[in-house]
Amino acid sequence: MKDSSHPVLRATGVQKRFGRLNVLKGVSLELRRGETLCLIGPSGSGKTTFLRCVNHLEKIDDGRIEVNAHLIGYRERRGKLVEDSERSIARQRTQIGMVFQRFNLFPHKTALENVIEAPVHVLGMPKQRAVAEAEELLERVGLRDKRDVYPAKLSGGQQQRVAIARALAMKPALMLFDEATSALDPEMIGEVLTVMSELAHDGMTMLVVTHEMGFAREAADRVAMMDDGQIIEEARPVRFFAAPREERTRRFLSKIL
Amino acid sequence: MIATVALHVVWQRIAHPDHAFALALWRTVYISVAAQVIGVCLGLIAALMRRSRLRILRLISGAYVLVFRGTPVIVQIFFVYFGANLLFGFTLIPNTVPLGLFALSGAAFAGIVALGINEGAYMREIIRAGIDAIDKGQMEAAKSLGMTSRLAMRRIVLPQAARVIVPPLGNEFNNMLKTSSLIFFIGVTELFGDAEIRNSTAFQPVEYFTAVAFWYLVLTTVWSVIQAQIERALAPEEQGDGVSFRERVFQAWAPVAAWRTGGSR
Repeated sequence: MKDSSHPVLRATGVQKRFGRLNVLKGVSLELRRGETLCLIGPSGSGKTTFLRCVNHLEKIDDGRIEVNAHLIGYRERRGKLVEDSERSIARQRTQIGMVFQRFNLFPHKTALENVIEAPVHVLGMPKQRAVAEAEELLERVGLRDKRDVYPAKLSGGQQQRVAIARALAMKPALMLFDEATSALDPEMIGEVLTVMSELAHDGMTMLVVTHEMGFAREAADRVAMMDDGQIIEEARPVRFFAAPREERTRRFLSKIL
Repeated sequence: MIATVALHVVWQRIAHPDHAFALALWRTVYISVAAQVIGVCLGLIAALMRRSRLRILRLISGAYVLVFRGTPVIVQIFFVYFGANLLFGFTLIPNTVPLGLFALSGAAFAGIVALGINEGAYMREIIRAGIDAIDKGQMEAAKSLGMTSRLAMRRIVLPQAARVIVPPLGNEFNNMLKTSSLIFFIGVTELFGDAEIRNSTAFQPVEYFTAVAFWYLVLTTVWSVIQAQIERALAPEEQGDGVSFRERVFQAWAPVAAWRTGGSR
């Protein structure tokens, strides 16, 4: 499945400042088709910020991010990068699915309506087809019987699974998971991780910010350790967990494992 | 004894409304509704302008609130009715406004415009607060799905904000029903005007103003019932899973229907 022509995601030297705070100090990362990369590291290390830069929810101050060889959020003009138009950024985002820590389901819409919202109103898909596809997706995350239920009546785990279905409905080339299980009660983490693992094994390209080392070990193709705005180590999970190269990684792992 | 209240006059005004009264009541209702609709539209436009990237639009929005919330409505009403045509040099407020089946007097039109513009300044603040009350994650989720901020505002944020906006909007309309009495001073015979005209010939202020107060109370009470219905209709997720408002009404009536058809439950 792995395609070597061009990576789905290529980030080079991404820098991001909040005021005088340097949050990302040159992050470079590549993700090939079908690959799952888990981004781990202490809080405040810039993982979430980097993820948000990938679909341009945050502007970047330097470097470049490409998805399927298309520059994200910027346009090249006379050798310089200028921010792209809102419409064109919106179009780029249809290719990038995102799952949030706090789900962010639309509370005024049922599970099914949440899933068909973007296909119908962004892609202009006929409603009938969108509903059929949404039902399939809800089936896939095990929530077909909840199609007409409003988010308020769903458990956290169910809400997050609907959120995953909602992102998948756009048939994205890349899925971003921003600590998708961190806001969940312990007994609900499993059901969400199961869905994510299945997705990874089905060949979805995924960038996953997580604290779930079990998931990283089982589902990731590669694990990257981030600290202080930089990726300090990156390896296959077996190597990464068995013999981390960096002292900082060893300290981090010893604290959370 | 301070004075004798001619209760039969009060009763007459309440129980046996005449044609002139009915017309005055109708004027109060349509002027208030029209002004409120204008107010909501202007408020929405101004609230969105406040969020614009263009500084000039934000400034206009701010100045609008500053001026129209900071000056008396009665001044604004007089300004529009007597001053607008002179100020602009063309007929903004005509003598009559033909509206198909019936014609609106220039004064009533000016009243609607002035009350509507004034209301818009208050509505901007209410709508702004409603939009601000919606979690930022909603806009981000919508954007991450490829929506432009305009589409996200229309499909995701505003429908949710509407629910926050409706209770204060209800208060505003309640106010509007009463504030509309001010346009009597530019010669529109609405509910209060009708009472004052009667009083000026009969000189029975206690009777006539008691009766008109009662009618205002009727209007605001009817409105509060309607408002409660709107609020419930706008909060579907609190009504149980996927049950529409109509289905809930049917369910509420089910025992009665069963009894009428002789069914047993």
